[in-house]
Amino acid sequence: MDIFLQQVVNGLTLGSVYAIVALGYTMVYGIIQLINFAHGEVVMIGAMVAFSVITVLAGTAMPPLLVVLTGVACAVPVCMLVGYGMERLAYRPLRRAPRLAPLITAIGVSIILQHLALLVWSRNVMAFPQIIRAETYTVGGAAITNVQVAIVLLCVAIMGGLAFLVYRTRLGTAMRATAQNPQVAGLMGVDVNRVIAATFVIGAGLAAVAGVMVGTYYGIAQYTMGSILGLKAFAAAVLGGIGNIPGAMLGGVLLGVVEALGAGYIGDVTDMCRYSWLAGLVEERCRADGHFILFGSNYQDVFAFVVLILVLVLRPSGLLGERVGDRA
Amino acid sequence: MHPLFDTKNSPRLVWAGVAVVALTLLVLPFALAQIGTTWVRITNYAILYVLLALGLNIVVGFAGLLDLGYIAFYAVGAYTYALLASPHFGLHLPFWAILPIGALVAAFFGVLLGAPTLKLRGDYLAIVTLGFGEIVRIFLNNLSRPVNLTNGPQGVTGIDPFSLGDFSFARSETFLGLTFSGPIKYYYLLLAVMVGILALNVRLQDSRIGRAWEAVREDETAARAMGINTTHMKLLAFAMGATFGGVAGGMFSAIQGFISPESFILVESILVVSMVVLGGMGNIWGVVLGAVLLSFVPEILRWTVEPMQRALFGHMLVEPEVIRMLIFGFALVLIMLYRPAGLLPSAVRKRELARDDDAA
Repeated sequence: MDIFLQQVVNGLTLGSVYAIVALGYTMVYGIIQLINFAHGEVVMIGAMVAFSVITVLAGTAMPPLLVVLTGVACAVPVCMLVGYGMERLAYRPLRRAPRLAPLITAIGVSIILQHLALLVWSRNVMAFPQIIRAETYTVGGAAITNVQVAIVLLCVAIMGGLAFLVYRTRLGTAMRATAQNPQVAGLMGVDVNRVIAATFVIGAGLAAVAGVMVGTYYGIAQYTMGSILGLKAFAAAVLGGIGNIPGAMLGGVLLGVVEALGAGYIGDVTDMCRYSWLAGLVEERCRADGHFILFGSNYQDVFAFVVLILVLVLRPSGLLGERVGDRA
Repeated sequence: MHPLFDTKNSPRLVWAGVAVVALTLLVLPFALAQIGTTWVRITNYAILYVLLALGLNIVVGFAGLLDLGYIAFYAVGAYTYALLASPHFGLHLPFWAILPIGALVAAFFGVLLGAPTLKLRGDYLAIVTLGFGEIVRIFLNNLSRPVNLTNGPQGVTGIDPFSLGDFSFARSETFLGLTFSGPIKYYYLLLAVMVGILALNVRLQDSRIGRAWEAVREDETAARAMGINTTHMKLLAFAMGATFGGVAGGMFSAIQGFISPESFILVESILVVSMVVLGGMGNIWGVVLGAVLLSFVPEILRWTVEPMQRALFGHMLVEPEVIRMLIFGFALVLIMLYRPAGLLPSAVRKRELARDDDAA
């Protein structure tokens, strides 16, 4: 099996989920310059709600696809409600406050959501019911499962739909106008508050779908799954240029691939026995085990942060971002 | 409004107040020991949190740089102490030699984090620092292979307690008819350190550096125009905050005798941020109040909520830990909504937030 191709496939799958979550960050940031710190928790809530529904329905005779779709259909409105609620209660009153204030409420909201989820679903890891028969296709040396294919296709469809919404509909026009200048957009008859609320709701809906996808992919869901996923998606949004919708898509996919390739190769790259000039230092260990690996794939989670820091230092506007100004 | 205690015109009243507080703090451990030594330990951890919150206050409150990975410096200090004074490497250096090393290492990490992030604006900085904190934790968790540096998730055990010559802080001793148990001795040590760091903070706030930080926080461009080297000032804030964190970490290590990466998770960083925010960013006394409140409330909850639930429902419905975290979450949101400058706001913050409200 070709490791490179395999890791690219895995990276693309996870990366498209990152992209969907990153879209939620980037849309909110684009409009009100707020890092919605609690976005990752919305993803988690989506996954938990869907898993609960799917677990209940798994015993019935319903076809698996319909069961999963019902789970998604329940998760999306719940998350939208959560998204609307947090905008209304925690962010809207602070829209003109100093910048740190909404960030701190966002941290608060994220703690609240996480621990409410803990109350409802307990600490236990929820396992995805085995209702989907995994089929594996082999393409050019890489194994691709039907779940991976479904995730990627669904993500592409969602991105297409969102692009249509933002660039071809009245709401999308209003969103872009508000992002450029809320005051002037208001003067042009745009109900700015409604547009901002709509942005949160759409982002939360996307997060719900992403939660189901990532839960299905890993087969588990837990109340803590949101924070690290949210951070990675934020890194993806920054990588693409925060506030930029195509950027978030590109950043998500790229980050997924970088992470997968990094996890796949870091062990080989940091194996000191491979380098003749270093191997002398650890000769005994090399002779005994054949390897002296400095960093293994357990450092996978570090890549997203390293990418984030590198982007912010080298190109704060991200890959596709244009407006620099005071934003970094 | 006529103040109840007119402190400006009667310095004697101030000194009387200081004397009362000092006396209370000196007697406190013996009073607490009557209820149980656990409470002395809890008080010790509360003081450690006060130290941490004061350190973070330099970064967040004085210089206005939101740091969500502050616990990383605590971890660096704790691990420095643990590795230099435990059977793990067989090193047993005395604490007065290690604490400066720990402070230096933490300061180095502070600059390491600060240097690349200087240009970033507030919210970006918050996320990057958060990422930094996670990176440090991931490294602590995994640096047990190929060379066992940190012993991974198992952590380091058997860490030496503080000792000066034959005087060990861990032993119980009787002196003048009073029994000084280990935690009580540590209490006095921590109290002394806290008073020192408080004095340092108070002096720092109105010093040239403190005023420069304030200027940077208010308007970086204007501060630079006034001839302040903003780069140096921000780095200095990071380094100093980190140093305090490192010292607190070293003491934590010695008092606890055991550390593992579990003690340095993201929630701890957020907890310290909550303390600073709740008390009042930039106000030293507010920060102390925030830290004391947030370290005691969960303990009190632990002692009341659990028995109460058992009495009412026969078993525990909601863990105190969950209630504690929910309280933190709601406190952060409500404080920002209704009292954005904290319980004891700093004068400048108050003015600044009031002005922003008018604009809204």
